[in-house]
Amino acid sequence: MKELSVNHLLGIKYITKNDIDLIFETADQFKEVINRPIKKVPSLRDITIANIFFENSTRTKLSFELAQKRLSADVISFSAAQSSVKKGETLIDTVNNILSMKVDMVVMRHERPGAAHFLSKNVSASIINAGDGAHEHPTQALLDSYTIRERLGDVGGKKVVIVGDILHSRVALSNIFALQMQGAEVKVCGPKTLMPKYIESLGVTVEPNLRKALEWCDVANMLRVQNERLDVNYFPSTREYAQQYGVDKALLDSLDKEIIVMHPGPINRGVEITSDVADSQQSVILEQVENGVAVRMAVTYLLASKIK
Amino acid sequence: MSQKILLTSREVNIILHRLACQLIENHLDFKDTILIGLQPRGRFLAERIKQVLEQEYNVKDVSLGFLDITFFRDDFRRSEKPLEANKTQIDFLVENKKVVFIDDVLYTGRSIRSALTAIQSFGRPSVIELLVLIDRRFSRHLPIQPDYRGRQVDAINNEKVKVTWKENDGEDSVYLI
Repeated sequence: MKELSVNHLLGIKYITKNDIDLIFETADQFKEVINRPIKKVPSLRDITIANIFFENSTRTKLSFELAQKRLSADVISFSAAQSSVKKGETLIDTVNNILSMKVDMVVMRHERPGAAHFLSKNVSASIINAGDGAHEHPTQALLDSYTIRERLGDVGGKKVVIVGDILHSRVALSNIFALQMQGAEVKVCGPKTLMPKYIESLGVTVEPNLRKALEWCDVANMLRVQNERLDVNYFPSTREYAQQYGVDKALLDSLDKEIIVMHPGPINRGVEITSDVADSQQSVILEQVENGVAVRMAVTYLLASKIK
Repeated sequence: MSQKILLTSREVNIILHRLACQLIENHLDFKDTILIGLQPRGRFLAERIKQVLEQEYNVKDVSLGFLDITFFRDDFRRSEKPLEANKTQIDFLVENKKVVFIDDVLYTGRSIRSALTAIQSFGRPSVIELLVLIDRRFSRHLPIQPDYRGRQVDAINNEKVKVTWKENDGEDSVYLI
Protein backbone atom coordinates (compact mmCIF):
# COMPACT_ATOMS: atom_id res chain seq x y z
CA MET A 1 0.00 0.00 0.00
CA LYS A 2 1.31 3.38 -0.97
CA GLU A 3 1.23 6.77 0.71
CA LEU A 4 2.96 10.12 0.34
CA SER A 5 6.36 10.55 1.98
CA VAL A 6 5.39 13.99 3.32
CA ASN A 7 2.66 15.44 5.54
CA HIS A 8 2.61 18.82 3.78
CA LEU A 9 2.98 19.83 0.14
CA LEU A 10 5.38 22.75 0.44
CA GLY A 11 7.20 22.38 -2.84
CA ILE A 12 8.23 19.86 -5.46
CA LYS A 13 11.73 19.90 -4.04
CA TYR A 14 10.52 18.20 -0.85
CA ILE A 15 8.75 15.27 -2.52
CA THR A 16 9.97 12.24 -4.48
CA LYS A 17 9.35 10.69 -7.89
CA ASN A 18 7.27 8.00 -6.15
CA ASP A 19 5.09 10.71 -4.62
CA ILE A 20 4.53 12.24 -8.06
CA ASP A 21 3.61 8.83 -9.51
CA LEU A 22 1.17 8.19 -6.67
CA ILE A 23 -0.42 11.64 -7.12
CA PHE A 24 -0.87 11.00 -10.85
CA GLU A 25 -2.32 7.51 -10.38
CA THR A 26 -4.80 8.91 -7.86
CA ALA A 27 -5.57 11.88 -10.14
CA ASP A 28 -6.46 9.41 -12.92
CA GLN A 29 -9.23 8.03 -10.71
CA PHE A 30 -10.43 11.52 -9.77
CA LYS A 31 -10.48 12.58 -13.40
CA GLU A 32 -12.95 9.76 -13.99
CA VAL A 33 -14.97 10.93 -10.95
CA ILE A 34 -15.27 14.53 -12.20
CA ASN A 35 -16.59 13.30 -15.53
CA ARG A 36 -19.46 11.37 -13.90
CA PRO A 37 -23.02 12.67 -13.92
CA ILE A 38 -22.59 13.24 -10.17
CA LYS A 39 -19.07 14.52 -9.63
CA LYS A 40 -18.72 14.20 -5.91
CA VAL A 41 -17.33 11.61 -3.50
CA PRO A 42 -17.80 11.59 0.27
CA SER A 43 -14.20 10.79 1.32
CA LEU A 44 -13.34 14.01 3.16
CA ARG A 45 -16.68 14.69 4.79
CA ASP A 46 -15.06 15.00 8.24
CA ILE A 47 -12.21 17.28 7.10
CA THR A 48 -12.26 21.07 7.22
CA ILE A 49 -9.97 23.05 4.96
CA ALA A 50 -9.08 26.74 5.10
CA ASN A 51 -7.98 28.48 1.91
CA ILE A 52 -5.93 31.49 2.89
CA PHE A 53 -4.92 33.72 0.01
CA PHE A 54 -2.70 36.66 0.91
CA GLU A 55 -2.21 37.30 -2.78
CA ASN A 56 -4.74 37.57 -5.59
CA SER A 57 -5.79 34.42 -7.33
CA THR A 58 -8.77 33.38 -9.38
CA ARG A 59 -7.92 30.11 -11.06
CA THR A 60 -5.92 28.44 -8.31
CA LYS A 61 -8.38 29.42 -5.61
CA LEU A 62 -11.40 28.25 -7.61
CA SER A 63 -9.62 25.05 -8.56
CA PHE A 64 -8.70 24.23 -4.95
CA GLU A 65 -12.19 25.07 -3.71
CA LEU A 66 -13.82 22.95 -6.35
CA ALA A 67 -11.44 20.05 -5.65
CA GLN A 68 -12.20 20.25 -1.93
CA LYS A 69 -15.94 20.42 -2.50
CA ARG A 70 -15.85 17.48 -4.90
CA LEU A 71 -14.25 15.53 -2.04
CA SER A 72 -17.03 16.70 0.34
CA ALA A 73 -14.69 18.64 2.65
CA ASP A 74 -15.98 21.67 4.53
CA VAL A 75 -14.29 24.73 3.11
CA ILE A 76 -13.66 28.21 4.41
CA SER A 77 -11.89 30.72 2.19
CA PHE A 78 -10.55 34.14 2.82
CA SER A 79 -8.53 36.74 1.04
CA ALA A 80 -6.09 39.02 2.80
CA ALA A 81 -7.78 42.11 1.41
CA GLN A 82 -10.80 41.54 3.65
CA SER A 83 -8.96 40.23 6.71
CA SER A 84 -7.38 41.30 9.96
CA VAL A 85 -3.98 40.98 8.32
CA LYS A 86 -4.55 44.55 7.26
CA LYS A 87 -4.94 45.41 10.95
CA GLY A 88 -1.45 44.13 11.69
CA GLU A 89 -2.01 40.53 12.77
CA THR A 90 0.98 38.20 12.29
CA LEU A 91 0.83 35.16 9.99
CA ILE A 92 1.03 32.62 12.84
CA ASP A 93 -1.68 34.44 14.82
CA THR A 94 -3.97 34.58 11.82
CA VAL A 95 -3.54 30.91 11.07
CA ASN A 96 -3.74 29.78 14.70
CA ASN A 97 -7.00 31.68 15.07
CA ILE A 98 -8.35 29.80 12.09
CA LEU A 99 -7.03 26.49 13.42
CA SER A 100 -8.71 27.00 16.78
CA MET A 101 -11.96 26.68 14.84
CA LYS A 102 -10.86 23.05 14.28
CA VAL A 103 -9.45 23.23 10.79
CA ASP A 104 -7.44 20.23 9.57
CA MET A 105 -5.73 21.56 6.49
CA VAL A 106 -4.56 24.93 5.22
CA VAL A 107 -4.05 25.91 1.58
CA MET A 108 -2.03 29.10 1.52
CA ARG A 109 -0.76 31.57 -1.03
CA HIS A 110 1.59 34.26 0.24
CA GLU A 111 3.83 36.85 -1.37
CA ARG A 112 6.85 35.82 0.74
CA PRO A 113 9.00 32.85 -0.35
CA GLY A 114 9.10 30.24 2.41
CA ALA A 115 5.84 31.33 4.04
CA ALA A 116 4.30 27.86 3.69
CA HIS A 117 7.43 26.21 5.05
CA PHE A 118 7.47 28.58 8.02
CA LEU A 119 3.83 27.83 8.71
CA SER A 120 4.34 24.07 8.60
CA LYS A 121 6.96 24.39 11.33
CA ASN A 122 4.73 26.48 13.57
CA VAL A 123 1.18 25.20 13.31
CA SER A 124 -0.32 21.75 13.58
CA ALA A 125 -2.41 21.57 10.38
CA SER A 126 -1.40 19.96 7.11
CA ILE A 127 -0.21 22.71 4.74
CA ILE A 128 -0.51 22.93 0.96
CA ASN A 129 1.53 25.67 -0.68
CA ALA A 130 -0.55 27.39 -3.35
CA GLY A 131 2.32 29.70 -4.27
CA ASP A 132 4.89 31.46 -2.08
CA GLY A 133 6.38 34.50 -3.78
CA ALA A 134 8.87 33.58 -6.48
CA HIS A 135 9.64 30.27 -4.77
CA GLU A 136 7.31 27.36 -5.58
CA HIS A 137 3.84 26.57 -6.85
CA PRO A 138 3.84 22.78 -6.58
CA THR A 139 0.28 21.97 -7.66
CA GLN A 140 0.74 24.00 -10.86
CA ALA A 141 3.88 22.04 -11.74
CA LEU A 142 2.08 18.77 -10.98
CA LEU A 143 -0.86 19.59 -13.20
CA ASP A 144 1.51 20.73 -15.97
CA SER A 145 3.39 17.41 -15.84
CA TYR A 146 0.10 15.51 -15.59
CA THR A 147 -1.10 17.25 -18.76
CA ILE A 148 2.14 16.41 -20.59
CA ARG A 149 1.82 12.79 -19.46
CA GLU A 150 -1.75 12.70 -20.71
CA ARG A 151 -0.91 14.18 -24.13
CA LEU A 152 2.46 12.54 -24.76
CA GLY A 153 2.20 9.35 -22.70
CA ASP A 154 5.16 10.05 -20.45
CA VAL A 155 7.15 12.97 -19.09
CA GLY A 156 10.46 11.08 -19.02
CA GLY A 157 12.67 11.79 -22.03
CA LYS A 158 10.60 14.75 -23.21
CA LYS A 159 12.11 18.14 -24.01
CA VAL A 160 10.41 21.08 -22.37
CA VAL A 161 11.18 24.74 -22.80
CA ILE A 162 9.92 27.29 -20.29
CA VAL A 163 9.58 30.70 -21.91
CA GLY A 164 9.34 34.13 -20.32
CA ASP A 165 9.84 35.67 -16.91
CA ILE A 166 11.88 32.98 -15.17
CA LEU A 167 13.16 35.42 -12.54
CA HIS A 168 9.82 36.09 -10.85
CA SER A 169 8.20 32.77 -11.62
CA ARG A 170 7.38 30.17 -8.99
CA VAL A 171 5.75 28.16 -11.77
CA ALA A 172 9.12 27.95 -13.55
CA LEU A 173 11.01 26.77 -10.47
CA SER A 174 8.47 24.11 -9.48
CA ASN A 175 8.26 22.96 -13.09
CA ILE A 176 12.03 22.62 -13.38
CA PHE A 177 12.14 20.45 -10.24
CA ALA A 178 9.16 18.33 -11.29
CA LEU A 179 10.25 17.81 -14.90
CA GLN A 180 13.81 16.90 -14.01
CA MET A 181 12.64 14.49 -11.30
CA GLN A 182 10.61 12.67 -13.95
CA GLY A 183 13.50 12.53 -16.39
CA ALA A 184 12.61 15.35 -18.78
CA GLU A 185 15.15 17.74 -20.26
CA VAL A 186 14.53 21.42 -19.55
CA LYS A 187 15.60 24.61 -21.28
CA VAL A 188 14.63 28.13 -20.33
CA CYS A 189 14.17 30.98 -22.76
CA GLY A 190 13.54 34.67 -22.13
CA PRO A 191 15.06 38.14 -21.92
CA LYS A 192 18.39 38.17 -20.13
CA THR A 193 17.02 40.63 -17.61
CA LEU A 194 14.38 38.11 -16.54
CA MET A 195 16.81 35.21 -16.25
CA PRO A 196 18.17 34.40 -12.77
CA LYS A 197 21.96 34.66 -12.65
CA TYR A 198 22.64 31.11 -11.48
CA ILE A 199 19.78 29.36 -13.27
CA GLU A 200 22.19 26.93 -14.93
CA SER A 201 23.17 25.55 -11.53
CA LEU A 202 19.73 23.88 -11.54
CA GLY A 203 20.81 21.78 -14.49
CA VAL A 204 18.88 23.67 -17.14
CA THR A 205 20.33 25.38 -20.20
CA VAL A 206 19.49 28.88 -21.33
CA GLU A 207 18.44 29.36 -24.95
CA PRO A 208 18.00 33.06 -25.71
CA ASN A 209 16.56 32.45 -29.18
CA LEU A 210 12.88 31.49 -29.12
CA ARG A 211 12.83 29.87 -32.58
CA LYS A 212 15.78 27.62 -31.71
CA ALA A 213 14.14 26.71 -28.41
CA LEU A 214 10.89 25.78 -30.14
CA GLU A 215 12.67 23.74 -32.79
CA TRP A 216 14.32 21.75 -30.00
CA CYS A 217 11.36 21.09 -27.72
CA ASP A 218 8.30 18.82 -27.51
CA VAL A 219 6.50 21.13 -25.12
CA ALA A 220 6.60 24.92 -24.72
CA ASN A 221 5.37 26.29 -21.42
CA MET A 222 4.69 29.98 -21.96
CA LEU A 223 4.82 31.93 -18.70
CA ARG A 224 2.77 35.01 -18.11
CA VAL A 225 4.45 38.39 -18.09
CA GLN A 226 3.83 39.30 -14.47
CA ASN A 227 3.32 43.02 -14.82
CA GLU A 228 2.52 43.30 -11.11
CA ARG A 229 5.97 42.03 -10.17
CA LEU A 230 7.95 44.06 -12.68
CA ASP A 231 9.05 46.88 -10.39
CA VAL A 232 11.56 48.26 -12.90
CA ASN A 233 11.65 48.02 -16.69
CA TYR A 234 13.04 44.59 -17.54
CA PHE A 235 12.30 44.97 -21.24
CA PRO A 236 11.74 48.07 -23.38
CA SER A 237 8.07 47.50 -24.21
CA THR A 238 5.37 44.85 -24.23
CA ARG A 239 5.38 45.11 -28.02
CA GLU A 240 9.06 44.29 -28.19
CA TYR A 241 8.61 41.40 -25.75
CA ALA A 242 5.83 39.98 -27.91
CA GLN A 243 8.02 40.24 -31.00
CA GLN A 244 10.98 38.50 -29.39
CA TYR A 245 9.32 35.97 -27.06
CA GLY A 246 5.70 35.74 -28.17
CA VAL A 247 4.46 32.70 -30.11
CA ASP A 248 2.09 33.17 -33.02
CA LYS A 249 0.52 30.65 -35.37
CA ALA A 250 2.92 31.42 -38.20
CA LEU A 251 5.88 30.57 -35.98
CA LEU A 252 4.25 27.34 -34.77
CA ASP A 253 3.36 26.28 -38.32
CA SER A 254 6.89 26.96 -39.56
CA LEU A 255 8.34 24.34 -37.18
CA ASP A 256 8.96 20.93 -38.68
CA LYS A 257 7.12 19.14 -35.85
CA GLU A 258 3.97 19.65 -33.84
CA ILE A 259 4.77 20.82 -30.33
CA ILE A 260 2.25 21.35 -27.56
CA VAL A 261 1.77 24.78 -26.01
CA MET A 262 1.01 25.29 -22.34
CA HIS A 263 0.23 28.38 -20.32
CA PRO A 264 -0.46 28.57 -16.58
CA GLY A 265 -2.91 31.46 -17.13
CA PRO A 266 -4.15 34.09 -17.07
CA ILE A 267 -3.08 34.69 -20.67
CA ASN A 268 -2.12 38.12 -21.92
CA ARG A 269 -3.45 37.44 -25.40
CA GLY A 270 -1.13 38.85 -28.00
CA VAL A 271 1.83 39.02 -25.60
CA GLU A 272 3.04 35.50 -24.66
CA ILE A 273 0.85 33.81 -27.24
CA THR A 274 -1.59 35.09 -29.82
CA SER A 275 -5.27 34.20 -29.76
CA ASP A 276 -5.04 31.77 -32.65
CA VAL A 277 -2.32 29.83 -30.78
CA ALA A 278 -4.29 29.83 -27.53
CA ASP A 279 -7.33 28.43 -29.30
CA SER A 280 -5.46 25.99 -31.55
CA GLN A 281 -5.32 22.17 -31.39
CA GLN A 282 -1.77 22.39 -30.11
CA SER A 283 -2.76 24.37 -27.05
CA VAL A 284 -3.56 22.36 -23.90
CA ILE A 285 -4.46 25.35 -21.75
CA LEU A 286 -8.02 24.29 -20.97
CA GLU A 287 -6.91 20.70 -20.34
CA GLN A 288 -4.48 22.12 -17.79
CA VAL A 289 -7.39 23.77 -16.00
CA GLU A 290 -9.47 20.57 -16.00
CA ASN A 291 -6.53 18.49 -14.84
CA GLY A 292 -5.85 21.07 -12.13
CA VAL A 293 -8.99 20.00 -10.30
CA ALA A 294 -8.16 16.28 -10.56
CA VAL A 295 -4.56 16.79 -9.41
CA ARG A 296 -5.61 19.02 -6.50
CA MET A 297 -8.21 16.43 -5.48
CA ALA A 298 -5.47 13.80 -5.49
CA VAL A 299 -3.07 15.92 -3.42
CA THR A 300 -5.78 16.87 -0.93
CA TYR A 301 -7.03 13.30 -0.63
CA LEU A 302 -3.57 11.82 -0.14
CA LEU A 303 -2.54 14.42 2.46
CA ALA A 304 -5.87 14.13 4.28
CA SER A 305 -5.40 10.37 4.57
CA LYS A 306 -2.31 11.09 6.66
CA ILE A 307 -4.16 13.29 9.19
CA LYS A 308 -4.74 11.12 12.24
CA MET B 1 0.25 -20.76 7.90
CA SER B 2 -2.28 -23.55 7.57
CA GLN B 3 -4.85 -23.33 4.85
CA LYS B 4 -7.86 -25.43 4.09
CA ILE B 5 -9.36 -25.69 0.65
CA LEU B 6 -13.02 -24.70 0.60
CA LEU B 7 -13.69 -24.97 -3.12
CA THR B 8 -11.67 -26.65 -5.85
CA SER B 9 -11.47 -25.49 -9.42
CA ARG B 10 -14.17 -27.98 -10.45
CA GLU B 11 -16.50 -26.82 -7.68
CA VAL B 12 -15.94 -23.16 -8.59
CA ASN B 13 -16.87 -24.01 -12.15
CA ILE B 14 -20.09 -25.77 -11.13
CA ILE B 15 -21.03 -22.82 -8.92
CA LEU B 16 -20.37 -20.33 -11.74
CA HIS B 17 -22.79 -22.23 -13.94
CA ARG B 18 -25.43 -22.36 -11.21
CA LEU B 19 -25.10 -18.62 -10.51
CA ALA B 20 -25.38 -17.89 -14.24
CA CYS B 21 -28.56 -20.00 -14.45
CA GLN B 22 -30.06 -18.25 -11.44
CA LEU B 23 -29.34 -14.88 -13.07
CA ILE B 24 -31.01 -16.04 -16.31
CA GLU B 25 -34.05 -17.16 -14.33
CA ASN B 26 -34.54 -13.61 -13.02
CA HIS B 27 -33.21 -11.54 -15.92
CA LEU B 28 -33.98 -13.65 -19.04
CA ASP B 29 -32.46 -11.71 -21.95
CA PHE B 30 -30.52 -9.19 -19.80
CA LYS B 31 -31.96 -6.32 -21.86
CA ASP B 32 -32.22 -3.92 -18.90
CA THR B 33 -29.65 -5.59 -16.70
CA ILE B 34 -26.17 -4.39 -15.90
CA LEU B 35 -23.55 -6.46 -14.13
CA ILE B 36 -21.20 -4.41 -11.95
CA GLY B 37 -18.01 -6.03 -10.64
CA LEU B 38 -16.76 -4.38 -7.46
CA GLN B 39 -13.08 -3.49 -7.66
CA PRO B 40 -10.61 -4.93 -7.14
CA ARG B 41 -11.52 -8.59 -6.50
CA GLY B 42 -15.09 -8.69 -7.78
CA ARG B 43 -13.85 -7.90 -11.25
CA PHE B 44 -12.65 -11.43 -11.99
CA LEU B 45 -15.91 -13.06 -10.87
CA ALA B 46 -17.94 -10.55 -12.91
CA GLU B 47 -15.90 -11.18 -16.05
CA ARG B 48 -16.25 -14.95 -15.54
CA ILE B 49 -20.03 -14.77 -15.06
CA LYS B 50 -20.35 -12.71 -18.25
CA GLN B 51 -18.22 -15.24 -20.09
CA VAL B 52 -20.35 -18.18 -18.91
CA LEU B 53 -23.57 -16.35 -19.77
CA GLU B 54 -22.40 -15.51 -23.29
CA GLN B 55 -20.53 -18.68 -24.19
CA GLU B 56 -22.49 -21.41 -22.43
CA TYR B 57 -25.99 -19.99 -22.36
CA ASN B 58 -25.96 -17.86 -25.49
CA VAL B 59 -27.02 -14.64 -23.79
CA LYS B 60 -26.07 -11.77 -26.10
CA ASP B 61 -24.39 -8.48 -25.16
CA VAL B 62 -24.29 -8.61 -21.39
CA SER B 63 -23.42 -5.09 -20.09
CA LEU B 64 -20.55 -5.17 -17.65
CA GLY B 65 -18.97 -2.37 -15.65
CA PHE B 66 -16.50 -2.08 -12.81
CA LEU B 67 -17.05 0.11 -9.79
CA ASP B 68 -14.34 1.27 -7.41
CA ILE B 69 -15.67 2.15 -3.97
CA THR B 70 -12.48 3.52 -2.39
CA PHE B 71 -13.67 7.13 -2.19
CA PHE B 72 -16.99 6.02 -0.70
CA ARG B 73 -15.63 3.82 2.09
CA ASP B 74 -16.45 4.61 5.68
CA ASP B 75 -12.97 3.82 7.06
CA PHE B 76 -11.01 6.66 5.40
CA ARG B 77 -8.36 7.77 7.95
CA ARG B 78 -9.56 5.02 10.32
CA SER B 79 -7.87 2.17 8.58
CA GLU B 80 -4.25 1.33 9.40
CA LYS B 81 -3.41 0.93 5.73
CA PRO B 82 -3.85 3.77 3.22
CA LEU B 83 -6.73 3.10 0.85
CA GLU B 84 -5.66 2.58 -2.71
CA ALA B 85 -8.01 3.49 -5.52
CA ASN B 86 -8.77 1.34 -8.56
CA LYS B 87 -10.27 2.10 -11.91
CA THR B 88 -13.99 2.65 -12.29
CA GLN B 89 -15.28 1.82 -15.71
CA ILE B 90 -18.98 2.36 -16.22
CA ASP B 91 -19.61 3.63 -19.72
CA PHE B 92 -23.38 3.79 -19.43
CA LEU B 93 -26.05 5.31 -17.22
CA VAL B 94 -27.71 2.94 -14.76
CA GLU B 95 -30.92 5.00 -14.66
CA ASN B 96 -33.90 2.63 -14.46
CA LYS B 97 -31.71 -0.41 -15.08
CA LYS B 98 -31.51 -3.60 -13.04
CA VAL B 99 -28.05 -3.61 -11.47
CA VAL B 100 -26.36 -6.73 -10.14
CA PHE B 101 -23.37 -6.09 -7.88
CA ILE B 102 -20.80 -8.86 -8.08
CA ASP B 103 -18.12 -9.46 -5.45
CA ASP B 104 -16.04 -12.44 -4.43
CA VAL B 105 -16.57 -12.44 -0.64
CA LEU B 106 -19.35 -10.88 1.41
CA TYR B 107 -18.04 -10.26 4.92
CA THR B 108 -19.05 -7.21 7.00
CA GLY B 109 -21.25 -5.75 4.27
CA ARG B 110 -19.46 -2.38 4.45
CA SER B 111 -18.11 -2.58 0.91
CA ILE B 112 -21.62 -3.19 -0.38
CA ARG B 113 -22.89 -0.24 1.65
CA SER B 114 -20.21 1.91 -0.04
CA ALA B 115 -21.10 0.52 -3.45
CA LEU B 116 -24.79 1.36 -2.90
CA THR B 117 -23.75 4.99 -2.38
CA ALA B 118 -21.17 5.02 -5.16
CA ILE B 119 -23.55 3.70 -7.83
CA GLN B 120 -25.85 6.69 -7.28
CA SER B 121 -23.29 8.84 -9.11
CA PHE B 122 -24.30 7.04 -12.28
CA GLY B 123 -28.07 7.37 -11.94
CA ARG B 124 -30.94 5.71 -10.10
CA PRO B 125 -31.24 2.01 -10.83
CA SER B 126 -34.70 0.44 -10.73
CA VAL B 127 -33.38 -2.39 -8.59
CA ILE B 128 -30.04 -3.51 -7.17
CA GLU B 129 -29.19 -7.15 -6.47
CA LEU B 130 -26.10 -8.74 -4.97
CA LEU B 131 -24.23 -11.80 -6.18
CA VAL B 132 -21.30 -13.21 -4.21
CA LEU B 133 -19.17 -16.31 -4.52
CA ILE B 134 -18.60 -16.69 -0.78
CA ASP B 135 -21.02 -15.50 1.90
CA ARG B 136 -19.36 -15.38 5.32
CA ARG B 137 -22.32 -15.88 7.60
CA PHE B 138 -22.53 -14.40 11.13
CA SER B 139 -20.01 -11.62 10.43
CA ARG B 140 -22.22 -8.84 9.12
CA HIS B 141 -21.99 -5.30 10.54
CA LEU B 142 -24.90 -4.11 8.43
CA PRO B 143 -28.27 -5.56 7.37
CA ILE B 144 -27.11 -6.67 3.91
CA GLN B 145 -27.74 -10.12 2.40
CA PRO B 146 -26.92 -11.55 -1.03
CA ASP B 147 -29.56 -12.44 -3.62
CA TYR B 148 -27.32 -15.06 -5.23
CA ARG B 149 -24.65 -16.89 -3.28
CA GLY B 150 -22.09 -19.44 -4.34
CA ARG B 151 -21.28 -21.00 -0.99
CA GLN B 152 -22.07 -20.06 2.58
CA VAL B 153 -19.11 -20.27 4.93
CA ASP B 154 -18.93 -20.08 8.71
CA ALA B 155 -15.54 -18.62 9.48
CA ILE B 156 -14.35 -17.00 12.67
CA ASN B 157 -13.06 -13.44 12.60
CA ASN B 158 -9.34 -14.12 12.50
CA GLU B 159 -9.73 -16.57 9.64
CA LYS B 160 -9.43 -15.26 6.14
CA VAL B 161 -11.21 -16.43 3.01
CA LYS B 162 -9.00 -16.21 -0.04
CA VAL B 163 -10.39 -16.51 -3.56
CA THR B 164 -7.93 -17.11 -6.38
CA TRP B 165 -8.62 -16.87 -10.13
CA LYS B 166 -6.89 -18.63 -12.98
CA GLU B 167 -6.24 -15.41 -14.93
CA ASN B 168 -4.71 -13.67 -11.92
CA ASP B 169 -3.35 -16.28 -9.51
CA GLY B 170 -2.96 -19.39 -11.68
CA GLU B 171 -5.92 -21.45 -10.42
CA ASP B 172 -9.59 -21.17 -9.54
CA SER B 173 -10.02 -22.00 -5.87
CA VAL B 174 -11.17 -20.80 -2.50
CA TYR B 175 -9.08 -21.26 0.64
CA LEU B 176 -9.71 -20.70 4.33
CA ILE B 177 -6.54 -19.39 5.91
